[in-house]
Amino acid sequence: MPDSLLPLLYAALIPLKLTFKVSLTATAGACVTGVAAGYALSRRGLPGRELLDAVCTLPLVLPPTVMGYYLLVVFGRRGVVGQWLLERFDITLVFTWQGAALAACVVAFPLVCKAARTAFEGVDQGLENAARTLGAGELRVFMRVSLPLAWRGIVSGTMLALARAMGEFGATLMIAGNLPGRTQTLSLAVYEAVQAGNDDQATFLVILTSLVCVALLLASGKLLSRKYA
Amino acid sequence: MTLDIDISKTLRGSGRSFTLGARLRSGGRSTVLFGPSGSGKTLTLRAVSGLIRPDAGRIELDGETLFDSNKNVDIPARDRGVGYVFQDYALFPHLTVAENVGFGLSCGCFGRLDKAGHARVAELLALCGLEDLAHARPGRLSGGQRQRVALMRALARRPKVLLLDEPFAALDPLLRRRMRREVRGICQAAGAPTVLITHDPDDVQEFGGTVALYETGAVREIRVFEDGPEGGAAAREMLLGAHFGAYGEVAGNAGENRGLT
Repeated sequence: MPDSLLPLLYAALIPLKLTFKVSLTATAGACVTGVAAGYALSRRGLPGRELLDAVCTLPLVLPPTVMGYYLLVVFGRRGVVGQWLLERFDITLVFTWQGAALAACVVAFPLVCKAARTAFEGVDQGLENAARTLGAGELRVFMRVSLPLAWRGIVSGTMLALARAMGEFGATLMIAGNLPGRTQTLSLAVYEAVQAGNDDQATFLVILTSLVCVALLLASGKLLSRKYA
Repeated sequence: MTLDIDISKTLRGSGRSFTLGARLRSGGRSTVLFGPSGSGKTLTLRAVSGLIRPDAGRIELDGETLFDSNKNVDIPARDRGVGYVFQDYALFPHLTVAENVGFGLSCGCFGRLDKAGHARVAELLALCGLEDLAHARPGRLSGGQRQRVALMRALARRPKVLLLDEPFAALDPLLRRRMRREVRGICQAAGAPTVLITHDPDDVQEFGGTVALYETGAVREIRVFEDGPEGGAAAREMLLGAHFGAYGEVAGNAGENRGLT
């Protein structure tokens, strides 16, 4: 058995490495933007709050192919942002791992945003007010009160986002394609293995992906259940 | 301390609305806002501390304008120099006792304390006998200890005035009596004038001073007594006196039901 596993593992190494690179980059992006958006959405004074919330949730419910098409339109070589990135910084997102990371980031973003909004809304406003009467400006209130108290919810949402980014398929395929060694992540490799009738490889990749995701979900659940003593 | 308030604020809820029209002036070291629940006392304190913005009017503290709707002045809560002890204490559950007390002294986003800050925290903890619990989280403290921490946290920045929102309501009756005396003593020692909210005549007896009687969103009457227990006894008599009509009733009920609230 170990003899037959080794080549499977070897073949999985490159997509696995790429998956981690893409999903970690995507999660970092989704975490920063998601926390910022979640905090803004948790403030009562924000005009058009529910509409913005709906827009932020869109990547969660839209078909990934639709998301991918939007990304192509915006970030493609002739897209508004894509053209600017190409001319200004010589960055191409189409058919690159950065493009795959962008796609994964966009679909993972709502998970952080939703979790962060709920977590920030769960922070007692009395505590934020107490900090204000103690001379704290809004930045300090955020850094020392809101963020530490919402931390668990945010980390849990980020774990979900990481799991989602690792499994991202549709939007990635649209913008980054399925190039082995360059943009072929685990989920794309599974697809190709099945298409090619390489069942052993597919089974191995599926189990590997499942194990990583289960571990992430367990960690996320554990973080949520702990409370201050 | 001189506090001059003339504000109006309307709160709208689902199908209900509440209008506060408070006008009061106080010059002593102790001011008590007395009245039944829902009469606008807390709203007044929140306006003084800058946590809510009145619809109109002005607030002056020691001659400084904190809020004036005509002149478009509205100093943010963080710059008002007003200490606030919340009814539920609002201690930061993720910070230790020392970090809570030092919160207002720390600078920057990460809450570092300078040498003077550390000394001040140590001094305050010693003042209320909490040195041993300096590194405990608020969740481990008893009600009286939490109140001391909240008081010290508010006093740390040497506020121009200390606002106390029903500070003794959440304590059991025996502890309440002790804390009343202790809190007043600490405020006196710290040289901080107080504005106290209560519906308990015994609190009035301990603090005395200017007593403002609240009823359904307005200050109905202001009586000035001597600060502290000397004037407090007369203030209590006044509140419990039947000839005060609605107040007498409120105060009388509060007196009988003490311990149930």
